[in-house]
Amino acid sequence: MNWESLLLMRSEIGLLAIILLLVIFEIFSNKKQKANIIPFALILLTINTVIGFLPLNTGEIFGGMFRTNALLHLFKTTLSIGVLILLLQSADWLKEKVIAENKSTEFLILILSSLLGTYYMISAGDFLMFYIGLELATLPVAALVAYETFKRKSAEAGVKYILSSALASGSTIFGISLLYATTGTIYFDAMAEILTISNLSILGFIFFFSGLAFKISLAPFHFWTADVYEGAPINVASYLSVISKGAAVVILMIVLFTVFKPLIPIWSKIIYIIAIATMFVGNLFALRQQNMKRFLAYSSIAQAGFILLGLLSVDQLGTTTVVYFVAVYIFSNLGAFGVVQAISAASNKENIDDYEGFYRTNPRLSMVMMLSLFSLAGIPPLAGFFGKFFLYVAAASKGYYILVFIGVVNATISLYYYLLVIRAMFLRKNPDAIPYFKSKPYMKLGLIMAAVGILVAGLYSPLYEYIFSISNSFLN
Amino acid sequence: MDILSLFVIVPVLTVLVLAFAKNLKQARIISLIGMAIQFAMSINLIFAYVKERAVNSDIMVFTKDVVWFESLNIHYSIGVDAISVVMIALTSIIVLAGVFISWKIDDLPKEFFISLIVLSSGVFGFFISTDLFTLFVFYEIAVIPMYLLIGIWGSGPKENSAMKLTLMLMGASAVLSVGIFGIYFNSNADGGALTFNILEIAKVNIPLAAQNIFFPLVFVGFAVIGALFPFHTWSPSGHASAPTAVSMLHAGVLMKLGGYGVFRIAMYLLPLGALSWSNFFLVLSATGVIYGAFGAIMQKDLKYVNAYASVSHLGLVLFALLMLNKTAWNGAIIQSLSHGLLTALFFALIGMVYGRTHTREISKLSGLMKILPFIGAIYVITGLAYLGLPGFSGFVAEMNIFVGAFEHPDMFHRILTIIVVSSIVVTAVYILRMVGKIMMGPITNDEYRKLPKATWYEKVGLVLLLIPVVIIGVMPLGLSEMIKASIQPFLERLL
Repeated sequence: MNWESLLLMRSEIGLLAIILLLVIFEIFSNKKQKANIIPFALILLTINTVIGFLPLNTGEIFGGMFRTNALLHLFKTTLSIGVLILLLQSADWLKEKVIAENKSTEFLILILSSLLGTYYMISAGDFLMFYIGLELATLPVAALVAYETFKRKSAEAGVKYILSSALASGSTIFGISLLYATTGTIYFDAMAEILTISNLSILGFIFFFSGLAFKISLAPFHFWTADVYEGAPINVASYLSVISKGAAVVILMIVLFTVFKPLIPIWSKIIYIIAIATMFVGNLFALRQQNMKRFLAYSSIAQAGFILLGLLSVDQLGTTTVVYFVAVYIFSNLGAFGVVQAISAASNKENIDDYEGFYRTNPRLSMVMMLSLFSLAGIPPLAGFFGKFFLYVAAASKGYYILVFIGVVNATISLYYYLLVIRAMFLRKNPDAIPYFKSKPYMKLGLIMAAVGILVAGLYSPLYEYIFSISNSFLN
Repeated sequence: MDILSLFVIVPVLTVLVLAFAKNLKQARIISLIGMAIQFAMSINLIFAYVKERAVNSDIMVFTKDVVWFESLNIHYSIGVDAISVVMIALTSIIVLAGVFISWKIDDLPKEFFISLIVLSSGVFGFFISTDLFTLFVFYEIAVIPMYLLIGIWGSGPKENSAMKLTLMLMGASAVLSVGIFGIYFNSNADGGALTFNILEIAKVNIPLAAQNIFFPLVFVGFAVIGALFPFHTWSPSGHASAPTAVSMLHAGVLMKLGGYGVFRIAMYLLPLGALSWSNFFLVLSATGVIYGAFGAIMQKDLKYVNAYASVSHLGLVLFALLMLNKTAWNGAIIQSLSHGLLTALFFALIGMVYGRTHTREISKLSGLMKILPFIGAIYVITGLAYLGLPGFSGFVAEMNIFVGAFEHPDMFHRILTIIVVSSIVVTAVYILRMVGKIMMGPITNDEYRKLPKATWYEKVGLVLLLIPVVIIGVMPLGLSEMIKASIQPFLERLL
């Protein structure tokens, strides 16, 4: 191994450097300079994201524990853009609510650490690395969920999250140990060759899968979602539903398509049933939500159910559609959460009823919300439509027409509750509507980036084609 | 830039300019200019098509094909035959008339025109597409603005009507999408590549079993928007709640997407499925015709009368399409055109009456002819054309449909046709009763004597719609010849 091969870990090293720089900044800055940490962190993260667009070699280091290729790298960059948008959207919140309490770097460090863990999980070549990444991605978020310490609900959500995620991690590692018992290896490649269908390996897989299913909040592992989202600060809920979930889905796909390839007949049935359960649970519970955070929580559960459709097609098409959908979903959901956050910051209101008449006072924000929700609902020409359509194509390509049918029925149900928000914002007239407010520059930039992503990612087909061209890389 | 893509680009540009409009005056002028260009282009298209057809015998002309998503073989491919050309002309007329009718919209005018024109761009795109994916995209773009149009500017229980309409139509499009996947993944049945291109798929012999599964999905997916019984329930409430221009556009154009889609996709691509399922759907559509007609008799609200009449007349379109022969198909297409124009006229007239009297209840209106001579006269003409008086488009259409229907010698088709023909009588009953009651007779309400006469923009809108009705009625032959030539490839698929 030479030093150059360490460059394969470029994004991780960069991220680590940012975290350390932020710590140093925190130590050496006085109270007046504290606020500068936000632009500082944003610029550093932007640089790291831009570097991510440079091409990177395929390869592995540390004896195969860490590996990377074009697709994994692209996905990391996508997540980085997501976090960047997220930080832009939370910059004003940080400045006004947190800097005063002298703990802003904590927030940034925790978010970036979790992102680092996600990176390691994506690039993991064995289960050890995977597990370390999983823990690193999960634990900082638990602290973040409980971040608004003065709020009872936030603390409660933190406890809920840490307990259930500890259980999930335990389940994962128990599954890994069973798999180790059957195969005698923890390396992905080696295990894929040895693994056969046996009772023990199936048991191991199920425990392992439940751990990840918890992170993606698939039914029946979704119970924590709504409560935690509601209690957590909005940007943390946004992080959980966008970055954490998106990454977990792609990791699940990588593991299913490589390590568990021998178990396809087993897991395709499990995914089939869980996809149906998740779509219905998410959609039916979302129908009656009043709080926007809970609403988006259930909507994101339903979206996770849709993504599973793509997993049923174990080939280039399936890989592409899943990665593409997650990328699109990141933009759409960030748009929606961003608007919720902007409104909440200006007026402290989070209920759908409070949004009545919002278009007449704040047309631009309402438009962003409409774009995001229509994209989530899958209305053309927005990106979400293409994402969903291609997922259906992937499932239909393997002949799962009934599942696709259930999927489209669910898409129609979901349209109903997305339209409820549109109805409140656009259709209703309300003399007590939330008055006009001016969005802060950071927030504006964050929302514009999300909106541009929603508009461009679908219509501009080279994006999809690029993912398609590189998604062959990890399948063989 | 090719002649067809402009039909999508002009509305999009209009919308972009509209986004900067400051008030009603600017908004309506911009929309008027944009839609007038669109109208001129569609007239030009008719002549260009006739000229091109003389030298070009392809199924579609003015074709263009741009690769969009290469790996899935999705193309932006467009082209027109006579059927799409006349549909495009119909759309542009109704949209232009709709702009005139909405001249005085006061609440959020800019947004109203934007939604209206986005909707129309979806419809235009739908009619020019020859790729299933593109077509589906445009279809959904055409449906979703209805939610805002009815929900914001509608009347009565507008929120519920808008929600019901949107969910039923989007649900139908969801079912349709499953059918589209079925067609797509069977498009390599003869060994070629998977494709969404309609003309390519038409050359493939999709296995009978697959056709039998996917035909009903595609058929129902499209027929819901064509108000197929029992999926028509969104239509009366939606029409009644919608503002005038939206009702016009919706009944006049949007519901035609159903018939067009059934013909162009379901029957053209899945002909064997059509043959096996035609009897089942014939019964449904015949039920729709009769049910709609009797439903219209019972209504007390003018808009509901027209909405149920639309269910009845569009049922007739589906009925004719399912007859699977040339004459009936020709009739179906002319019926689509004729109904589009006439129902748009009706909704425009009802809107004018309602705007003045603030009621749509038949029992409260009487003797309007003496007060509003222009509106009254057009109302009577429209009514007569609607019930199929010779000399107007309605007669040509129904004549073709029933002659085509009687070409089937078997008992089943005969009985069904006789039942459906009887709907003409019912139509005459409700149209004549309605027109007689509200236009003729004594003026019962003295306040109505002061009602203002028709304004210039209302007159322009009405005349714009009435002219083609008369042209089709008096000179149907040219149109028939044009359409029949384009029907030929569809017929060949059935053999």
